[in-house]
Amino acid sequence: MSKATASLPRTIGAHAILLTYTIIALFPVFVVVINSFKSRQAIFQQPLTPPTPKTFDLIGYTTVFGQGDFFLYFQNSMIVTVVSLFFVLLFGAMAAFALSEYRFRGNTLMGLYLALGIMIPIRLGTVAILQLMVASGLVNTLTALILVYTAQGLPLAIFILSEFMKGVSDDLKNAGRIDGLSEYTIFFRLVLPLVRPAMATVAVFTMIPIWNDLWFPLILAPSEATKTVTLGAQIFLGQFVTNWNAILAALSLAILPVLVLYLIFSRQLIRGITSGAVK
Amino acid sequence: MAAASNKPFRWHIGVFLAPAVLVYTAIMILPLFGTLQLSLFRSVEQVQTFVGLANFRTLFGDPNWSFNFWNALKNNVWFFIIHMVVQNPIGVMLAALLSSPKLRFTAFYRTAIFIPTILSFVIVGFAWKLILSPIWGVAPDLMWLVGLKSLFTPWLGKEQYALTALSLISVWQFVGIPMMLIYAALLSIPEEVIEAAECDGITGWSQFWKIKLPLILPAIGIISILTFVGNFNAFDLIYTAQGALAGPNYSTDILGTFLYRAFFGFQLQVGDPNMGATIATMMFLIILIGVCFYLFLVQRRLRRYQF
Repeated sequence: MSKATASLPRTIGAHAILLTYTIIALFPVFVVVINSFKSRQAIFQQPLTPPTPKTFDLIGYTTVFGQGDFFLYFQNSMIVTVVSLFFVLLFGAMAAFALSEYRFRGNTLMGLYLALGIMIPIRLGTVAILQLMVASGLVNTLTALILVYTAQGLPLAIFILSEFMKGVSDDLKNAGRIDGLSEYTIFFRLVLPLVRPAMATVAVFTMIPIWNDLWFPLILAPSEATKTVTLGAQIFLGQFVTNWNAILAALSLAILPVLVLYLIFSRQLIRGITSGAVK
Repeated sequence: MAAASNKPFRWHIGVFLAPAVLVYTAIMILPLFGTLQLSLFRSVEQVQTFVGLANFRTLFGDPNWSFNFWNALKNNVWFFIIHMVVQNPIGVMLAALLSSPKLRFTAFYRTAIFIPTILSFVIVGFAWKLILSPIWGVAPDLMWLVGLKSLFTPWLGKEQYALTALSLISVWQFVGIPMMLIYAALLSIPEEVIEAAECDGITGWSQFWKIKLPLILPAIGIISILTFVGNFNAFDLIYTAQGALAGPNYSTDILGTFLYRAFFGFQLQVGDPNMGATIATMMFLIILIGVCFYLFLVQRRLRRYQF
């Protein structure tokens, strides 16, 4: 009992600090979203109050949907993210399986080679990547972005997945071998289903930087047909600097899908970070 | 099984490794070396000609280039220092609070504080630009509430404050990462260690400083190197908030924006892939030095405890 009472002030203090920081973290998002539903006048007169029936206005959203081709941008971002994610997970899991399951000459060296990309950012190779894409005619295609993001996501995916695959029971795999399953069947039918939680973690880690990236869309695929949401929003915001309703609405539209995805996957993400990301 | 290992060549290993190795090598490793190589060439009448270190001589010798380079590097170092002294201590503090036993609502705090990290730079840059804008008045209003209105200036527009303001915005965005990693490290400290400390009468703050902090030092080391690589590779936030010219008057120019301008050109300046490659090579060397410093000097001295 005495211990509980002694820590009461400390508990209150902890809550106070955490709550303050939570407010700091959420405040900008909150301000942007509430103001996106207000009329221009209300945005400037009472920026901190939520919209009331009197100040409620959707003019910003109608401008955004009327002007920018956000549906197309959104579709581009979805295609790029989903396809890259698919390849990162498939190729990453295959390589991780090879590295963690088989002993062969050069195994450690191969592991180090593939881990190099965790520390050295792919952006430094941009000049040559652009030349490569120009030479192969892939500039302004979504394929270029998919290739780059697949390469970018692989090192971390292989690193995390091979840690998890080392934990899959050898007996199970050997039982499969005795039953005459091929190595491929063992990988796809036995191992992959068992590391599904780790795959989800890697998926979230890989997805966020791809969805949010501005550098490669700007350099490799800036054409109207291949713009991603991030690049589209950047250009739209640049053109509408004085139309505050439209800017706030565009920002809210860019925030909401990521926020919803995050809230769905946040438990997965946090479990992933707290289980073995730091060793 | 014995038969499997007696086979001269196990094709499946190659099949499993090939796709990842091919994509990684073709899109990441070769272009990286290609870029390093391009920094030794120059385009003379549309033909790439080997010029040795001439590009580096231009970068360091030509007053225009060298001024911009040292300016960007200096700004980048300041950007990194702010992250190290603001972001990481705040992250450690939040993690320490979150890991205190029997505290309620920790899942809520964790989820909420991590939200800025998942947002794109475009959103973060613009949202803060609006909030700090003197036209809108959200920031002056808030400062008026706490009686500090006289201190308000348009931070992003003033040369002496803009870089620090942007660094703090970046800190705001990324504080979730050190928080999560340290939180994970704190959770992995076994109960017995903490109980033993409590038996010896070490509780509260002194427990944190004397017992927990030494145990999470390796995690802090990892965070520092991640921060270093991330900061010296940063581009998006500055580009969205201040444009490629990294205004006002290049005061927020960091290596990433400098590389972008050199490579693509901007306004009056003509883009030059070879100079772009030269700057990328310098960034590569800086990051390499940082990573080696960490791997060979810092990481080896950090004592790891096995439980």
